[in-house]
Amino acid sequence: MKYFWVKATVLVALVVTLASVPAEKPPFITLSSTTSIENSGLLDYLIPRFRDRSGIDVRVVSVGTGRALKLGETGDTDLILVHHRPSEEAFISKGYGVKRREVMYNDFIIAGPRGDPLNIRKEGSVERVLTLIYEHKMPFVSRGDESGTHKKEMELWALLDVDVQQYSGRWYHETGAGMGTTLNIANGMGAYVLADRGTWLSFKNRNGLALLFENDPLLHNQYSIIEINPERHPHTKSKEAARFTDWLASSEGQQMIASFTLNGQQLFFPNALPQ
Amino acid sequence: MNDFSQAFQKALQLIIQLDPDLIEIVALSLQVSLTAVFIAGLIGLPLGAALALYKFFGRGLLVAILNTFMGLPPVVVGLVVYLILSRSGPLGALGLLFTPTAMVIAQVCLVTPIIAALTRQTVMDANNEFHAQLRALGAKPQSMMNTLLWETRYSLVTNVFAGFGRAIAEVGAVLIVGGNINHNTRVMTTSIALETSKGNIELALALGVILITLSLIVTSAVMSARQTAHKIYA
Repeated sequence: MKYFWVKATVLVALVVTLASVPAEKPPFITLSSTTSIENSGLLDYLIPRFRDRSGIDVRVVSVGTGRALKLGETGDTDLILVHHRPSEEAFISKGYGVKRREVMYNDFIIAGPRGDPLNIRKEGSVERVLTLIYEHKMPFVSRGDESGTHKKEMELWALLDVDVQQYSGRWYHETGAGMGTTLNIANGMGAYVLADRGTWLSFKNRNGLALLFENDPLLHNQYSIIEINPERHPHTKSKEAARFTDWLASSEGQQMIASFTLNGQQLFFPNALPQ
Repeated sequence: MNDFSQAFQKALQLIIQLDPDLIEIVALSLQVSLTAVFIAGLIGLPLGAALALYKFFGRGLLVAILNTFMGLPPVVVGLVVYLILSRSGPLGALGLLFTPTAMVIAQVCLVTPIIAALTRQTVMDANNEFHAQLRALGAKPQSMMNTLLWETRYSLVTNVFAGFGRAIAEVGAVLIVGGNINHNTRVMTTSIALETSKGNIELALALGVILITLSLIVTSAVMSARQTAHKIYA
């Protein structure tokens, strides 16, 4: 019996430890963001500074834009930092969000096998690039997860009037996963892929993948921050959330975004309008 | 093969350096999974024993459900717990989503059926062996249950740790209800998934090596405790 009690005591101690963890709670807000921002490390760079300034911690849940907005609808987050304007505007017009502020941008790029069998490096527009991929039925990997990047890609196919869904599983592959995972798969398949530049620059398993096409105005990638409507979800920490938004759009926040680099390259470009 | 040797080196390096982030993640993994297994044991052991010993209407169906639930998909459990704990769900007011407590709840749901189903089998086998003797001694069902649970305690420890193996290794449920928040709800499995998605294959693999080593240490500790106890009491 002696050992039983030893074990029981240890386990009870463990439970007590767990129960006591949330006892001391510094104020915090929950921010739903996209995997593209998480993978780049930008928020790990910004949040400590904001915490020093405000005493408020920011807990980041990284999901696609679609799910981030969903978390806002259900009231499970205080702030959303995403990148798909039509969805964001719909979110606000439905009364879930109260304020949308554009804070920074970068762009999308198209990566693909280093050898570039379609020679898209030479092309002048993203429409031409996608048309070539479609016409030659070259393997293309899509996020397929309702993320901002996925929605952007859908818009581009729609511009070309190509219904990619009917080719799904043939040359068009939907991963239903985050940007990094999708790049891993594109790498494994030797496929072309649309990616945000932030994830691309911070991605470390490129192997046979190379950046093949960039700098088309259609590939602009705007990030906005949205506060949850406190009338719909009174428990959300709207005051603290507003402080983070204001800080991110302040000159300090904007300078911090601009100064975030990876291997000497700037990943995000601040463009908040002064209020 | 280069990847593997690099991963082992990286794992050793992380352990030797006592990387504070790693320690935090390991501690949370153990805290969540051991707590979940402890609670699941409190429910699953008596439940399994009762199903083995008491006869009642619908027992067969309950046993079938329990056996099926041994293989519950973690991502489905995560989703259900998420919907319940979401601010728009029935228990939303508690504000438990994206906390370690939510992760414990999800793992309790995953582990309890495993412990209960295995315990039912263990106790039933023991009952077949000792039933006549216990009856002759005039044992009532309640005391019979206690005796059988005690007599089979060594096997039950194995059952409980089958549950622990499940809890510490799963990623689907804790990712959905915990949110993989840095310094908050990030555990070993969600870190491995995150590092893989960042393309840090070497670091992800190193974390995998550490996770398996951790399971090995916990299991060995329990096994040796069990053997020591066995020697003392047998």
